[in-house]
Amino acid sequence: MTAYVLRRLWQMVPILLAVALLIFVIFSVVPGTFASATAADGRNVVDAQVLERMNREFGLNDPVHVRFGKYVAQLATFDLGISLRSREPVTVVLGQRLWPTLQLTLAAMLLALALGVPLGFVAALKSGGWVDSLSMVFAISGLSVPLFWLGLMLMYLFALVLGWLPSFGYGDPSHLVLPALALCVFPMALLARTTRAVVLEILHADFVRTARAKGMSEMRVVRWHLVRNAMVIVLTMAGLQFGSVIGQAVVIEKLFAWPGLGSLLVDSVSTRDIPVVQGCILCIVIFFLFSNLLVDVLSARIDPRIKYT
Amino acid sequence: MWKKLVLAAAIVFAHGVQAQTPETPRKGGTIRFTAPYGASFGGMDIHATNLAQDEIWARAIHRALYKWDSALNKPVLELAKTVSVSSNGLVYTYQLRDDAFFHHGRRMTADDVIWSFNRIVEPGKSYPGARFVRAIKGAVEVEKGEAKTISGLRKINDFTIEMTLAQRIDPAYNFNLAVTAIYPADEAVKESFARKPIGLGPFKFAEYVPGSRIVMERFDKFYAKGKPHADKLVIYVMGDAAARDVAFRNKEVDVSVLGPAQYVAYRGDANLSKSILEVTENYTRYMGMNSSFKPFADKRVRQAVNHAIDADLIIKKMVYDKAYRASGWLPTTSSAFDKNLKPYSYDLALARKLLTEAGYPNGFEFEITASSNESWGSPIAEAFIPMLAKAGIKAKIVPVDGTVLGERVRKGDYQAYLWSNGSGPDPLAALKCFHSATPRSACNYTEFKSPAVDKILDDADRMGPGNPKRDEVLKQANALVYDEAPYWFFNYNKAVLAHQPWIKGLQRNANEMAWQNYEDIWVDASSPAAK
Repeated sequence: MTAYVLRRLWQMVPILLAVALLIFVIFSVVPGTFASATAADGRNVVDAQVLERMNREFGLNDPVHVRFGKYVAQLATFDLGISLRSREPVTVVLGQRLWPTLQLTLAAMLLALALGVPLGFVAALKSGGWVDSLSMVFAISGLSVPLFWLGLMLMYLFALVLGWLPSFGYGDPSHLVLPALALCVFPMALLARTTRAVVLEILHADFVRTARAKGMSEMRVVRWHLVRNAMVIVLTMAGLQFGSVIGQAVVIEKLFAWPGLGSLLVDSVSTRDIPVVQGCILCIVIFFLFSNLLVDVLSARIDPRIKYT
Repeated sequence: MWKKLVLAAAIVFAHGVQAQTPETPRKGGTIRFTAPYGASFGGMDIHATNLAQDEIWARAIHRALYKWDSALNKPVLELAKTVSVSSNGLVYTYQLRDDAFFHHGRRMTADDVIWSFNRIVEPGKSYPGARFVRAIKGAVEVEKGEAKTISGLRKINDFTIEMTLAQRIDPAYNFNLAVTAIYPADEAVKESFARKPIGLGPFKFAEYVPGSRIVMERFDKFYAKGKPHADKLVIYVMGDAAARDVAFRNKEVDVSVLGPAQYVAYRGDANLSKSILEVTENYTRYMGMNSSFKPFADKRVRQAVNHAIDADLIIKKMVYDKAYRASGWLPTTSSAFDKNLKPYSYDLALARKLLTEAGYPNGFEFEITASSNESWGSPIAEAFIPMLAKAGIKAKIVPVDGTVLGERVRKGDYQAYLWSNGSGPDPLAALKCFHSATPRSACNYTEFKSPAVDKILDDADRMGPGNPKRDEVLKQANALVYDEAPYWFFNYNKAVLAHQPWIKGLQRNANEMAWQNYEDIWVDASSPAAK
């Protein structure tokens, strides 16, 4: 297993390099520069000399291949460059935002798993009944509701009408509830639907029929055969969702003024703070890669048939 | 009977006096402000950023030589007690305050002022305040690396400084923003300064959670006696208007800058409408017409465009009355605003007549480069394109990102564009964007040329700041520009700030409503954060 993990970690290197290249190329052709973004609000008379010096100070006048060379050389030493906006190292800027994003996404995924998986199980076990119909209506609604709207509605209900929770902010655990709730709805719905489909399939599998024919109690069938078999697929889905939840957090973080990577990414794109944009995207990709690795390792633990060599 | 009448009169009189007496500011409590222009601040080094979002917090921690006085609608001395000006208008001698302390306890001296201005023009750096400091003699040489210190700054003693200008300008307009804030020379060289700023302002830095909030506490040694009133100031970063609205209604924040949609809702609400501050901001929204695009080279065509669009209707229906109709470049809050200038009338017949006279009886086609901004972007273009069509002018939108818009405009890569630009507070500086010597890359985006306007602006320049006749002269330039119609003059922004009833002392700042002098703000006992 250790050899497998090490190999997977090694395989991440070319993936990250390819991603870095892709991000670099995309943001090299996107029109607009940091210097022009500072004057985009039209407030001040543009000072051509300051703009020119800005481009020179940050090396934005260099040819693309020179900039890419510098970028890769920096990356090799885990240096993501300097934020054009705050003039701090990008690693410092990202470091400030990483923990809030982890808090939010972990909370959202835990909620999604805690609610979505049992819901899918119950729906499958009571297939065709009102519980099944109701849970699937809920799941489909969760998949189709726009995140932004849902977030606003949660704010309206729990902050403004009921007064139970703060509508925005960061610091207390109470601040985490609404954004995590909004963010968990999509993965929860997806997990509920996936779990239901997987469980239904396993329920009709030969080994379940055999187990029942041998007189095994329904509880033991569920515990020994259903749950363990279903968990491998559910876990894979959860891993994939963990990566995409970080992407969806962009909307939620901005709405709830949550100081994570998502809101940083949005702001950095609009101000063309490209080193920070590159850093944010790399972070999200690393999240994704590690969550998938974790899922593979956990799957092997749950299902002894899975062997990694 | 008489006794009762006298008693009643006394009660009425006492009540009247109470109502007319200004409320006494209350000490203590927390001001919970919002920063609405994005999801974060640029950083804690205010010399490095000129974004409106960063000026919001910087006004609490930092101070510059001057500050903006919203009541007087002009910049006033802040870190200096007096200033004397030489007869040629180039040498300013400032008597600095001897009671201004930095937050780490050291008294401000002339060395700090000189050090700060030299830092702003440091070669190899690109601090946006350099464009202001460049007005001082010798600053350009420092910027280019040809000199080590600005020759136009001379320390006479610890609290007296002499500033020699390279050109006759009013330094009050150059040195009132935080991009020219005075830093403590001993502390600002430390790396920690960019994370824990130290300034001369009424509040000292306490905590910064990037992307969430900045917390500041009252600075007891602030030079304005009895100020600031509040114990604490928290500025929350809240870029989303809808979320800000919920937080405001939920009484979690004390102020909220309103967009057009919220403005309608707040104005229509019996309670919320009581606590709204409005001001005409020094911003003019307009459509620039490129004079190198053949039809727009003719003044009559440009005037026809102005007559063909029903701007009042668009302001009412699209901007929800959160704007004032423009009647010239200078807004109503400008000292040189000309109230006698009337907006171009919506007159289709006149528009067609002007087009025919210009040789375009069947109209023409053009492209409008516009961002998606709801108040001065493509939604506005979509509203007036059918109006132009009635005059025979066909227009289509070229959508661009807000950052790209400025780039294309500065390069002249457009036929027409929609934008909003600062048109104050200094009327001369605002009108200089129409001087033929001003390059397109600076702010003469349509390459406007008028010898008459040039002459008036040069005359105004020679008059120097403070000349009472200067505004009258500038009104003439404004009227000439308006008649030449290089733009479709759309509107002046109406900035709207909703505030909770317990927040007092807010100012109508025409430069930017969200820029407040926090030392004047106080919270009454009814605030949830009164303690």
